[in-house]
Amino acid sequence: MTGPILGAAGPRHHILSVLVENKAGVLARVASLFSRRGYNIFSLAVAPTDDERFSRITIVVDVESAPLEQIVQQLDKLVNVVRISELAPEQAMERELLLATVGAGGEQRVQVAALVQMFAGTVLDVASDQVTVAVTAAPDTLDDVEDLLAPFGIVELQRTGRVALPKLGSRRRLHAVADEAG
Amino acid sequence: MQLTGAQALIKSLEMEQVDVVFGLPGGAILPVYDPLLDSSIRHILVRHEQGAGHAAEGYAQVTGRPGVAMVTSGPGATNIVTPLLDAMMDSIPLVVVTGQVPSTAIGTDAFQECAITGVTMGITKHNWLVTEAADIPRVVAEAFYVASTGRPGPVLVDVPKDVANATMEWYWPSVGDLDLPGYHPPAAGDPALVRRAAELVLGAKRPVIYAGGGILKARAADALRTLAERAGIPVVTTLMARGAFPDSHPLCLGMPGMHGNYTAVTAMQRADLLLALGSRFDDRVTGKISAFAPDAKILHVDIDPAELGKVRRADVAIAGDCKVVIEELLSALAELGLGDQGQVAAASPAAGRPDVEPWRAQLRRWQEQYPLTYQQTDDGPLKPQFVIETLRDMTPDDTVVASGVGQHQMWASQYWRFDHPYTWVNSGGAGTMGFAVPAAIGAKVGRPEKMVWAVDGDGCFQMTAQELVTATAERIPVKIAILNNAYLGMVRQWQELFYEERYSEVYLSPDLPDYVKWAEAMGCVGLRVESAAEVAPAIDKANAVDDRPVVIDFRTDAFEKVYPMVPAGASNDDIIVGPTEGEGGR
Repeated sequence: MTGPILGAAGPRHHILSVLVENKAGVLARVASLFSRRGYNIFSLAVAPTDDERFSRITIVVDVESAPLEQIVQQLDKLVNVVRISELAPEQAMERELLLATVGAGGEQRVQVAALVQMFAGTVLDVASDQVTVAVTAAPDTLDDVEDLLAPFGIVELQRTGRVALPKLGSRRRLHAVADEAG
Repeated sequence: MQLTGAQALIKSLEMEQVDVVFGLPGGAILPVYDPLLDSSIRHILVRHEQGAGHAAEGYAQVTGRPGVAMVTSGPGATNIVTPLLDAMMDSIPLVVVTGQVPSTAIGTDAFQECAITGVTMGITKHNWLVTEAADIPRVVAEAFYVASTGRPGPVLVDVPKDVANATMEWYWPSVGDLDLPGYHPPAAGDPALVRRAAELVLGAKRPVIYAGGGILKARAADALRTLAERAGIPVVTTLMARGAFPDSHPLCLGMPGMHGNYTAVTAMQRADLLLALGSRFDDRVTGKISAFAPDAKILHVDIDPAELGKVRRADVAIAGDCKVVIEELLSALAELGLGDQGQVAAASPAAGRPDVEPWRAQLRRWQEQYPLTYQQTDDGPLKPQFVIETLRDMTPDDTVVASGVGQHQMWASQYWRFDHPYTWVNSGGAGTMGFAVPAAIGAKVGRPEKMVWAVDGDGCFQMTAQELVTATAERIPVKIAILNNAYLGMVRQWQELFYEERYSEVYLSPDLPDYVKWAEAMGCVGLRVESAAEVAPAIDKANAVDDRPVVIDFRTDAFEKVYPMVPAGASNDDIIVGPTEGEGGR
């Protein structure tokens, strides 16, 4: 369930794990940099870390819009960016959250519940003819979940940006592309 | 000691050894202007906030210290956006303090409110919105540190009015107290890379040093000269690096680029090694990038790692301060057998170095074959190049020259002889028309002992001339040479060459406004020159004035064009040397 990113997020996408100062406007600085330099963001997730001074932004970037090295160096020029690590897709544990409301009453409701259970998902809400489910998984797995839910009739669907950490076995190969020294 | 935020701000500027602030007060910055009355800092009251920004840039360019400007919120702040862009593009250290509406009013569309940190996010090196009076000393110290270290650049500190009025307990932070966990500019280069760079130098048959503005920012002019002389490598100086290597030096090839001289442009095209030192492969230098210096290996040294490989992939890329890395390179060359007088140790790697003399001989032939040329006749129209050459010859050789943007700028860069660093003040990357007058004022404030001339165009002059009122009021005796060809000349040149002489909105008129009367109205001496014979006497008169600004309205030939020229997007191999060639021969 944690294989390399495929499909929409093919090998031209790289994951940058960017440690930033937890200050007002930092996300705007990062987003504005991508916008003015013409870099494409595939997905973006931001959250506090265990240290309240810092937040972590996980950015999946399109390296066809610009070389990864150039994106990293420009990002590193932002004064509020503390450290940037690149997570190669095959060395990363990635997760996204999917929320979906599907049309499912009676018999179908049981089928949907069984389906999401296979992906360790949960049923969040139930109405007579609809059900809302949540699944957390690697992005390509969520693509499969979407495909499997589609026949029931998707009413609404929402996916988060991706978060990622290096696989334990490959931690030594985690590539700190820019840090205090850079 | 209890201080208000405003008092702490002024005291912080004093702690940063600021001796002059260019600015213009208004509602939101009012609290800060009050303690300024009791400060040793000289405040220069400009007539438009853009003037404050460019004056601070001119001050920074000649002194190497950050220029400081202070303006109010809203339109005061947006009026200084252009200087921030200008300083960002040319890596000029600038600290701009803006007033902001009170914290409680932020976000309510209050009178003169503008979210200036958002507006300037992409054109400052960093900016701050101060939220607590207690943060002011630390933020000011951080602002100066960020502006002046690493690759210099502009910063902005936005201070809400209530924060300026609040009280705090005064302190002054040390470098260790600064809260900049993500800011660590590099200094020295990687020794292994420097060694490879030295090997590249010793392997080159046709090397050229491509010196950029980073040489001046790093105070590396002496180191550059040592390197060029010791290794016998010719040097081109970009528009931003004029003066970084003396024009009168036999190894100097002058300015490359779109209006560079034939030898400088072609030397880069034919080189087998370019030592790009503090330069950034700007499109105005490289022409069509895929055709630029096709056979050259690239050694690229820049303090900004993001410049390495941004435009052209380097064979050896070194992130570091130019002065430090050049000195490291000299040591590495010495280890490989190249002595400090350029002598070569027997059986050392340097002894196997190819002979670069045939290359230098070729460059000398090109210099003889393709000099810069123009024709001034006794009774013909006054040529702008003649004005600049005469001015150059009639002023001390360490005169500071400021310029605007356009034809006059290119002629000034081509025909002046820059033999000292920090004597050329201009707007390169941003191409800001109207830069010259306020920048010259700032330069004169920074270097009052030097003669300061602005070479300006008539179009540029009209954009910021009001700052001559500032200059008169503050007794800043700058001198302005307007090359008045009655046109937006560079645009006219492009329309003549590339738009079939269809002149669209470029005519300005030679005598509307009347520049002499305008100069006099602003308290300056105003002179007019209409023929070649009048040039020297007018410059003599201007040089004799030392108690007020002087403006000379030189009525120059509207048909004169800047040559050589590489058309935009063309290869540097397609350089048009003069009007009898290429598109110009129409």
